[in-house]
Amino acid sequence: MIKKILSSNPLIMLIFSAVVLSAPIWLAPLGANYPDLLQKFAIFGIFAVGYNILFGLTGYLSFGHATFLGIGSYTAVWSFKLLTMNIVPAIILAMIVSGVFALVIGYLSLRRSGIYFSILTLAFAQMAYSLAYSVLTPITNGETGLQLSQQDPRYLDSMAGIVATEGIPSTNLFGTLIKSMDGYFGFYVAAVMLIIAFYISLKIFRSPFGMKLRAIKSNQTRMKYTGFNTRPYLLTAFVISGMYAGLAGGLLASIDPLAGAERMQWTASGEVVLMTILGGVGTLIGPMLGATIIKYFENIFSALNDSELHKIFDFLPEGMENFMVTVVSPFVGDGWHLTLGLVFMIVVIFLPGGIMQGLNSLFSFIKRIFGLGGSSSSKADTVSKGEV
Amino acid sequence: MDAILIQLLNGLDKGGAYALIALGLTLTFGTLGVVNFAHGALFMMGAFCAVLFNKILTISKKVKDESITFFDAYKETPYLEIWWGDTGSAIIDYSVPLSILFAIPIMLLVGVIMERGLIKHFYKRDHADQILVTFGLAIVIQEIVKHFFGANPIPTPAPDVVSGSAAVGAFFGLNENLVYPWWRLIYLAFSLSIIGAVFAFLKYTTFGMVVRAGMADRETVELLGINVQKRFTIVFGLATVVAGLAGVMYAPILPPDYHMGMDFLVLSFIVVVVGGMGSLGGAVAAGFLLGLLQSFASMNEVKAILPGIDQIIIYLVAVVILLVRPRGLMGREGVFED
Repeated sequence: MIKKILSSNPLIMLIFSAVVLSAPIWLAPLGANYPDLLQKFAIFGIFAVGYNILFGLTGYLSFGHATFLGIGSYTAVWSFKLLTMNIVPAIILAMIVSGVFALVIGYLSLRRSGIYFSILTLAFAQMAYSLAYSVLTPITNGETGLQLSQQDPRYLDSMAGIVATEGIPSTNLFGTLIKSMDGYFGFYVAAVMLIIAFYISLKIFRSPFGMKLRAIKSNQTRMKYTGFNTRPYLLTAFVISGMYAGLAGGLLASIDPLAGAERMQWTASGEVVLMTILGGVGTLIGPMLGATIIKYFENIFSALNDSELHKIFDFLPEGMENFMVTVVSPFVGDGWHLTLGLVFMIVVIFLPGGIMQGLNSLFSFIKRIFGLGGSSSSKADTVSKGEV
Repeated sequence: MDAILIQLLNGLDKGGAYALIALGLTLTFGTLGVVNFAHGALFMMGAFCAVLFNKILTISKKVKDESITFFDAYKETPYLEIWWGDTGSAIIDYSVPLSILFAIPIMLLVGVIMERGLIKHFYKRDHADQILVTFGLAIVIQEIVKHFFGANPIPTPAPDVVSGSAAVGAFFGLNENLVYPWWRLIYLAFSLSIIGAVFAFLKYTTFGMVVRAGMADRETVELLGINVQKRFTIVFGLATVVAGLAGVMYAPILPPDYHMGMDFLVLSFIVVVVGGMGSLGGAVAAGFLLGLLQSFASMNEVKAILPGIDQIIIYLVAVVILLVRPRGLMGREGVFED
């Protein structure tokens, strides 16, 4: 049954779309149904899904993907400043520009593999970050970050006769369709993008192209001996994942039209790696899951403070309560990164396949217990490992 | 000419720090074959050893201030001063150099625990996994330090005697007014001597000989009945100590904060790659080379021609080297070449 569902693309897309679009409803009990957070889920989901096309399929660990996110943001904000407040050109331009950068950086970085590739991407990312802070200030506005202002020309808008009367106009989708990207509108725009992005990634995973990328991961030397030139495939994967990152950056800027260099810092690149690993490298849904979990707990944990903790442990006796608060408090609030680091280490050490691997083994465990036959469970296991 | 001398010293100084960190990194590469992203965090831990030692020395109690007579005033006086008077305050003054003694056992312990507890399990996994787990460890170490010491940089002064500046201009027969901080000169001398000590240790002791043999051909050495693994664990501890000492002595130059390690880590990785993976001489040479390049690129004359070059010169050099000579400046054939 499961096997059948997993092999049918339309069915997967139907389930995925239903889950994503109904997120505001089923996330309500978790206290995560407010738009800001939902937007983050969708946007970082796109980022992670794209990153997974490179890292998950080819095994090339890029430590500089946030660069493309940053470039996407800058491009989108410039499009708002110069062209129009409509988000469609902004997002398209963001993808094109970050794709071009990904082409150049990827062309150079992919000449090496393994750890050298990681360090090359890291070097490029650091270069971009430092440049954005120093010489490129006219374009990036340095530490302040790029912002909109009322004096921006917005040529396309003014040609169409739309003039900002008071204050900074808000980003929109064709003016009348969606007047402002605030709140749930922003989420639904991002969610539709996520569904499209997921569909493309699904297609790539199940195409001959995706097959070749997996072959590169498992044994590049053998690929080369059979007469394949692997580099064009790698470069394509790199550019695609760069464009995904650009799309995520463009969406970030569409929802909140400012862009800063800190989005390009290498710790930001590290974050997307964390998401992908946590969810499950090389699985379809894993990175999406990882992004959601990290953003969710970031939100919950970093908001907790001592008084809230006292409330949570209220049911315990006085002494125990204070003890629990003392034990837990370093891990929440400002210490959220400590929890993240620990969880990440535990995942890498004990569960290299991430949450998806954990779920898979859990399912096969349950199946074994209920005696659904050893052979069928092992079959399902291989399918889900390869596919989802 | 004056500016060049200053930049030369700046470059050597920075290069010294890069070389020390990169030396430890490349020792780990060369022996254990592990890519350690937590190495920068070890450097940071070293700096915080100095901070912690200073804090311990200056544990104080309130004492009545005798110099103020018309009301009761109290001031904080460290116990050391109460017990030993001037000797005590001298010890406090020299807390940074003294914390080297404090840092060595701590860092050695940290290194051995880290290797036995974590790194050991990652020999057989691929480099991506090693990078990821040590990256996670680096975050954890950083956050623990942040929890105990806060997020702000903690000024850790050098001893009074050397807190001033040396008249280097007069020494080299240039402008009399040209001065350079003593502590930075000391740091340069210190890094050179540590590098020398590590090299001498590897070159002239039996232990070092075995380690070098193990780096070149581990299997053969093991076939000869030598426990290579045990020695490599000690080498990892040694690398940790070197990183820690680099951090201890750097504390007066840059007030330690919890993310200083990450900033140095990226640079020292690039140093290692430029020098050549697993090549100790290469790491040291590349460390000084990149330090010098960086400080000369930050001269105003250079910046006037190529704006922003000071920010990116290191990365630019790294990219060019990796593309043109992938093995690095002094990389050996067949080491980490893929």
